[in-house]
Amino acid sequence: MSLQQFMNEAISPWMKDEGPDSDIVMSSRIRLARNFDQTPFPIIAENEDLEKILDFFNQEYHQQSFKNYHDLEFVRMSDLKPIEKRVLVEKHLISPHLAENGKLGGALISKSEQVSVMVNEEDHIRFQLYFPGFQLEEALAQAFDFDDWLEEKINYAFDETRGYLTSCPTNVGTGMRASVMMHLPALALTQKISRMIPAINQLGLVVRGIYGEGSEALGNIFQISNQITLGRSERDIVEDLRSVVNKLVEQERKARQLLIEQSELQLEDRIFRSYGVLEHSRIIESKETAICLSDVRLGIDVGFISNVSKTILNELLVVTQPGFLQHYAKKTLSPQDRDILRASLIRERLKLEK
Amino acid sequence: MECQECHERPATLHFTKVVNGSKTEIHVCEHCAKEKGYVSYGEEAYSLHDLLSGLFNFDTSLNEQKSKNLSDEQGLKCPKCGMTYKEFTQVGKFGCASCYHTFSDRLNPIFRRVHSGNIVHEGKIPKRIGSNIYQKKLLNGYKEKLQQLIQSEEFEQAAQVRDQIKEMEKEKGTNHDGEGEV
Repeated sequence: MSLQQFMNEAISPWMKDEGPDSDIVMSSRIRLARNFDQTPFPIIAENEDLEKILDFFNQEYHQQSFKNYHDLEFVRMSDLKPIEKRVLVEKHLISPHLAENGKLGGALISKSEQVSVMVNEEDHIRFQLYFPGFQLEEALAQAFDFDDWLEEKINYAFDETRGYLTSCPTNVGTGMRASVMMHLPALALTQKISRMIPAINQLGLVVRGIYGEGSEALGNIFQISNQITLGRSERDIVEDLRSVVNKLVEQERKARQLLIEQSELQLEDRIFRSYGVLEHSRIIESKETAICLSDVRLGIDVGFISNVSKTILNELLVVTQPGFLQHYAKKTLSPQDRDILRASLIRERLKLEK
Repeated sequence: MECQECHERPATLHFTKVVNGSKTEIHVCEHCAKEKGYVSYGEEAYSLHDLLSGLFNFDTSLNEQKSKNLSDEQGLKCPKCGMTYKEFTQVGKFGCASCYHTFSDRLNPIFRRVHSGNIVHEGKIPKRIGSNIYQKKLLNGYKEKLQQLIQSEEFEQAAQVRDQIKEMEKEKGTNHDGEGEV
């Protein structure tokens, strides 16, 4: 049963493919928010209404397939243990909001984990499609198809002037959030990224670190997404995002090149120190893990390290999150115990590479 | 280092709080941090929401100064879900699709602020329920094109577009007779 798969496999099957520019762009995502036209939005809907929606999804879509998205699995939040929910959050299949507040929430997830639909989150329906590497247009085209497929059976709340109606005014119109996850170690190391962010913001795009708090980007992983959803078409929004990401990829490559030219030995030293820490630690916190993993991934990309697989960053970042560690241990762990287990998991994983 | 709140668990979170220029260091465990509200899990909704309800309140205060019939507007209530305009400004979220119609007159300033001046949707239209709208938009597009062509005196092309428009309007007419399709 696929819930077990969702829980046990740290990296989603779709992540195993390498997409374009995958040395820098980890994944591309399109999320669309939709609502039923006749039912109040989840924040004020009666439980009965929300139950009906859950039943509808269970009946209509559970174990269905659409195009490449096979064996959709519907799960109710109320049937999941806290640790299971946390693992789904850490894999980015559901939001923290759904995991915490969604007693009457549900999720529909494809076997490849490329599509996941959150039911009764802030909106009745929020679905997302992930693609490895830099494939925004492809993700958008597929998201449109999936949207049309859902719409065959659902009357969406749509208004000619305002577009797709959402619970929050920040999503109205297209209901779309397009985002790209990027690993930008060289731009971060040279502190260029902090100078680029204000310019990117002016284009209506938001940059944030995904594993850190606030503006801090743990592991040098940044998410860039659109802010505006009204008054611009999905294609235009994606095009804007695409051109900014292109620029960032170009700049990151330049910065990496420059680092190698100007301080090769220092860079190599830093990378191998981090590699050593991961290989030999007995206790390691998640922050240090993220920093070291970022260094090692950079080391792989620029060729200092050749015997470690590229997906190690994505994989270990997920496996070493608190929810996953506790799922693995099959019990609740104190922060210290987590740090110990984290270190031992990383050591074991790196041994597998040899 | 032990947690300064419970003195039991180790401090895993370290903050520096600056109030009126004086610094306080805080060392707490995750449990107490949550309890005392130093951190909130899933904070994404927080910042946007705060920002938004701030915007709305600003909006109402502006209107308070402007208009005397405040009570009317504050009493505006969605007939479908029961949400009042006041609740909407407090929560920052609509209650249902009908709220968009009920509060319609007050929404443009909000949308403008949130979406860089935009108030009208450009983009996807639902394939099934929106097919009429899609046709209409297509038709409007052609009409605009016709005007442009006439202005730039490209009459041959203009004639073609005019025929397309006629064709579409004819189809629309027959569709109307058949109604009930949507």
